[in-house]
Amino acid sequence: MAITLSGDQSIPAPPLSSRLTPAQVWGIALIAPYLLVFLAFVVYPVCYGLWLARAPANYVALYNDPIFARAAVNTLIFLVIGINIKMLIALFLSGFFAQQRTWIKWLSVVFILPWAVPSIPTILSVRFMFNPEWGVINHLIFSLTGDDGPNWLNDPTVALTMAIGVHIWKSLPFWTLILMTGRLAIAQDLFEAAEVDGASWWQKFRYITWPSLQTLYITCTLLSMIWTLGDFNSVYLLTGGGPADLTHVLATLGIRYLRLDQLSLAMASIVCAMPFVVPLMYFMMKRLSR
Amino acid sequence: MKLPTLRDVATEARLLLIGIPVFLWTMIPIYHMFLFAISPKEDAFSGKLWPDHPTLHNFEIVFKQQHYFLRDFYIQFWNSLVIAAAVGVLTLVIATAAAFSISRLKVPGGRIVMNLALFTYFIPAAFLAVPMYRTMGNYGLLNNHWSLILAMVTIASPYAIWVLKQASDKLPVELDEAAVMDGATTLQIFRLVYLPLMMPSLVAIGTYAVLLAWNEYLYAFLLLSNDREITLPVALGNFLAADDSPWELLMTTGFIYALPPAAIYYAFRRYMVGGLTAGAVKS
Repeated sequence: MAITLSGDQSIPAPPLSSRLTPAQVWGIALIAPYLLVFLAFVVYPVCYGLWLARAPANYVALYNDPIFARAAVNTLIFLVIGINIKMLIALFLSGFFAQQRTWIKWLSVVFILPWAVPSIPTILSVRFMFNPEWGVINHLIFSLTGDDGPNWLNDPTVALTMAIGVHIWKSLPFWTLILMTGRLAIAQDLFEAAEVDGASWWQKFRYITWPSLQTLYITCTLLSMIWTLGDFNSVYLLTGGGPADLTHVLATLGIRYLRLDQLSLAMASIVCAMPFVVPLMYFMMKRLSR
Repeated sequence: MKLPTLRDVATEARLLLIGIPVFLWTMIPIYHMFLFAISPKEDAFSGKLWPDHPTLHNFEIVFKQQHYFLRDFYIQFWNSLVIAAAVGVLTLVIATAAAFSISRLKVPGGRIVMNLALFTYFIPAAFLAVPMYRTMGNYGLLNNHWSLILAMVTIASPYAIWVLKQASDKLPVELDEAAVMDGATTLQIFRLVYLPLMMPSLVAIGTYAVLLAWNEYLYAFLLLSNDREITLPVALGNFLAADDSPWELLMTTGFIYALPPAAIYYAFRRYMVGGLTAGAVKS
């Protein structure tokens, strides 16, 4: 026994490559490029950013910055009100686009355009429409009433509402498409049976559509909230955070600090959102990795 | 032929009542952009639905680079093109390799890598942009096309890996086993069995990555600043720097910039809808 034991110990561990099958060696080699990208451009930046945001003084500075408080409130409004309105419209329109009609098929091809084209030209187009002096909207108001139209983007409430509108314009087609795919997966004979039983439109929605769609709907809403936190374009290109920095959201505020060379403040403002974002991210990761 | 009943007419009318506002809501900003592009400077601001003298003069100015803001139009277009193509190719290579490794070779720790990638997928893009900017500075890549390419590959690959893994999990294991029986090496399985079967998903993911990179504004605007290095969207954003920006030229350039992604989207719509929504719907 003792001999065997000492004999075992004298045999050097085989080199790593011989303990792995060729398939496993290939497996490691093929996953390595992504791991490198992940380490260099996710792990390092995130750790570095957190390290930059470590000083408590940053959070005191944020607390004393009225723009930060305003941006946090704006972000909440954007997410809680904006996203829910968007998803409700998407839920409604997904039913509309699920109708089997040729003209609705064609309309759905057009409807996807805002999502298929880049946001910068279309958002700037909206911005020009609402220009107080030369925009087409105020031009119409003038020719109809003889009065000058309002300076739309100069009112923070109107400007933020319009930024939400632009966001909805851009991403509504995507979510409608997803929910429509979900609707089309529901067995059609359920609806036929309900039709025979004389169910109303609302009853069909309440007892057939919604139960099969609710998980998808909630997943989509959460996913949309996470992504909207990173929506820089809708606010920046429309209002630039103005007037007087009153329409910033966290996404544009971080970049604003960055442009002002206050990197640690930028990171601190992001860290403040983490307690809300990380649980959502974890929840979504668990849901999708099943 | 059956005459429509009153009820059919009422249903159709109600559908139209939804359809017409949806059409207007979708098209107005795009049509407004198009109108600017085909209007002479004086007409553009008149608020008419169709210009009195539609013209292609604005396109001529853009294509001949006859304006201060447009002097680098071709090189910026080229930059956008090269970066989008590079992101598409790199994302495909990295994501296909990773998905094959996780799904078919069952590499140890593959599940953890998948979860880490998914976690990255949910980092809001504008939040990662701040440390990414500094990181690229530390790597000495600022103002270099590689910074934008690598940043976009980082953002595109998690979703790419996830979609490709879902698709490759559906391929029967027996295929690989049969190939191994016949003495195929791993590389041969990858090349001769895996890639051909994955083609539809690969087209979808390649298109996704190319469009993502072509359309990206925030990262491009942070990472590139030199006039001859920037991409088209950054150049469009720079128009706003001046008070007297030539809107009709901005909208014309924007229209030209929006055409390729729209065309690609419609050309590959079959793949996009199947390949990309399948993943999102599974929940």
